[in-house]
Amino acid sequence: MPLLKGGHAVADAWVHLDDAEPLPPDGVAVTVSGERWERERAVLLARAAPVGVRLGNGAPVEPLAADLPRLGLIALHFPKFSDGRAYSQARRLRRAGYRGELRATGNVLQDQLLLMARVGFDAFQMAASDAERRWQAAVGAYAHFYQPRRTVA
Amino acid sequence: MYRYDEFDRAFLAERTAQFRDQVARRLAGDLSEDEFKPLRLMNGLYLQLHAYMLRIAVPYGTLSSVQMRRLADVAERWDRGYGHFTTRQNIQLNWIRLEDAPDIMAALAEVEMHGIQTSGNCIRNVTADQYAGVAADEIEDPRIWAEILRQWSTNHPEFSFLPRKFKIAVTGAEFDRAAIRVHDIGLRMRRDPGGAAGFEVVVGGGLGRTPLVGRTIRDFLPKDDLLGYLEAVMRVYNALGRRDNLYKSRIKILVHDVGAEEMGRLVDAEFRAIQADGGVALDPDLVRRIQDHFAPPAYASAPADPDAVRALERADPAFARWVATNTAAHREPGHAIVNLSLKPHGRPPGDATAAEMRAVADMAERWSLGEIRVAHEQNLVLPHVRRADLPAVWRAAQEIGFATPNIGLLTDIIACPGLDYCALATARSIPVAERLADRFRDLDRLHAIGPFRINISGCINACGHHHVGHVGLLGVDKNGEEFYQITLGGNSDNDTAIGRIVGPAVSSAEVVDAIERLVETYVAIREEGETFLETCRRVGNGPFKESIYAAA
Amino acid sequence: MTGQIVTANRLTDGAVVFRTGAGGWSTRVTDAALLDAGAAAAALEVAQADASRQIVVGPYLANAAAGPDGPVPVEFRERIRARGPTVGLPGAIQD
Ligand code: SF4
Repeated sequence: MPLLKGGHAVADAWVHLDDAEPLPPDGVAVTVSGERWERERAVLLARAAPVGVRLGNGAPVEPLAADLPRLGLIALHFPKFSDGRAYSQARRLRRAGYRGELRATGNVLQDQLLLMARVGFDAFQMAASDAERRWQAAVGAYAHFYQPRRTVA
Repeated sequence: MYRYDEFDRAFLAERTAQFRDQVARRLAGDLSEDEFKPLRLMNGLYLQLHAYMLRIAVPYGTLSSVQMRRLADVAERWDRGYGHFTTRQNIQLNWIRLEDAPDIMAALAEVEMHGIQTSGNCIRNVTADQYAGVAADEIEDPRIWAEILRQWSTNHPEFSFLPRKFKIAVTGAEFDRAAIRVHDIGLRMRRDPGGAAGFEVVVGGGLGRTPLVGRTIRDFLPKDDLLGYLEAVMRVYNALGRRDNLYKSRIKILVHDVGAEEMGRLVDAEFRAIQADGGVALDPDLVRRIQDHFAPPAYASAPADPDAVRALERADPAFARWVATNTAAHREPGHAIVNLSLKPHGRPPGDATAAEMRAVADMAERWSLGEIRVAHEQNLVLPHVRRADLPAVWRAAQEIGFATPNIGLLTDIIACPGLDYCALATARSIPVAERLADRFRDLDRLHAIGPFRINISGCINACGHHHVGHVGLLGVDKNGEEFYQITLGGNSDNDTAIGRIVGPAVSSAEVVDAIERLVETYVAIREEGETFLETCRRVGNGPFKESIYAAA
Repeated sequence: MTGQIVTANRLTDGAVVFRTGAGGWSTRVTDAALLDAGAAAAALEVAQADASRQIVVGPYLANAAAGPDGPVPVEFRERIRARGPTVGLPGAIQD
């Protein structure tokens, strides 16, 4: 599962914890589900390590607003490529000032990459092994956008 | 009318190339049908009952003669030489080969046409009053805003995978010819007390399985706020619209579930956040350029009531009847709006052959400044005809059989393609329309009956708008037989109403007789000057129900 | 005899096609293999493999009866699919 950032496949520096998994030692960057974040927010913020949240598809982004500057990664999920809720979540997170990594996970396909990038995603977890080539093809497809960029993050 | 600039052309070239690549990837097996389907739909390409069907966008129903000619060429070269104008003001070609689709798109792009967003769960091609810019009762040409919406919604990164399709209609006129209250968003131009133009915003209308009349969530929205406000509506819907059930995923269900007031509150909150973030600014230069495109043409001065026309009206009652029925008041003195009826008796409603399309293009060039409109009633419109030219236009329309004086009358039937073409259909629509038109072909009788709208859909998806026909027919399947459920009292203009079901569905063999008995009942009980809809509202379904189910 | 036929649309042009006894696809319903329930299920599986090989789209089974020239679909919808629209337009190109 290549992880694309800046058009390149990179290693994933994050450990993605299940809700029941114990926290690793300090120094290890972790992501947790939105629910776990709510429960263990204080503990997670107190660790000497980057922390991120995997936000559920139907979850509002507003509860994260105060914590955005302290989050290093927010992962938004596409259960199916045709389920577009995460586009609006991304848009709202960027509008709220989030500047960390915004990662698309799930059914992430070539023909949606550019749309995702345009609402503010900057990392893409893809199943395709030739993800870099697909990224090039996707971003090369368009140089003309009707929506002024600033209105879409 | 609007002409593409460099930017529009460059975008469409990119889109055409992207689609060519997607088709190639599908044919090579890189894309599965599941992955390809939303991509082809986003370009208007369906797989229907017999073949691929291409739905070509006619933005807000405006076409140039050059575009009409190209449609004829495409229909002839890559299809079977005809097309079907739809209730969404688009045109559909029924016999497309996937392999040809990229070349077809390229041929369309040369005349600034495409199938983008005529399908898929995105913001669809925006529809508008077919008399926009020429109607006598208009505040402002709504196509300026429809074009702004077209640009804003095209390839929108956030709103390309909505819970479901999304249809916007706009009118600038007092009288609603665009059926705005049965759209996901309906926009009606109006003026505030200070005289400034803006929009009434109606949300959550729609037909289909759960027909609902849209609710006003903003009485008056200043024009400059339009994009920001619509973006707020879309974002609320994208986040909260249901995705678990196809039949509950339109915005109308969300509005119905949370209530119009709460919907208005949610949208307002999002709108404030958008504004606080700088709003969705419109480039004033772009708006000005778009406005210029829709500036009224330079009409030559023309006599308001030419003698020759009056003389012919006196001499030839057929001409007089056509003028009375098929033309409408124009804002410019000495001009008229001409409707070309695509409902010649005995033909599929809304269909035109390539030869007919070319003839209409010729007529537009000669008599209508090269401009044509598509009406959601599936007729064509010549919007800029000098009254003095009416006799010549009438004769030319007669040549191609588009002069039947039946606009707004019983045989001006709206019918979806139904089971003859559509993969989703449960029954046929076109043959019923043809049989009804045949039964009521006597023009004296047709005119004596008066304004009457019959709408027919081949399934509950309601593309034929049956719920808002004065009489609506919905095709259903009863143990393998075609039956038709009848609704009465529907209407899609200013006092929009959903028709009420009369009773059990009627068999295909019975349905024309049943409608005829219903019409006879109306004629017998109507009061002086009362239209069918008015009678229906006065007396309810009762008397009609009796006549429909009276043993033959 | 009544049974089932396998039908689909051809990927390249969308044409309605029917699976033949020889394992190919024909645009004529009369060429279709009329199958009993067991054979139909097996044929559908093979047809699905044709769908993954970019030959057809969306294969499924339709009920049919034996006619003088070959299978005749039972459902009205399938008869229209097999024969084409029941309405015509003067001036249209015939296929
Ligand atoms: S109403 Fe049904 S049958 Fe008619 S075109 Fe729409 S989906 Fe097809």
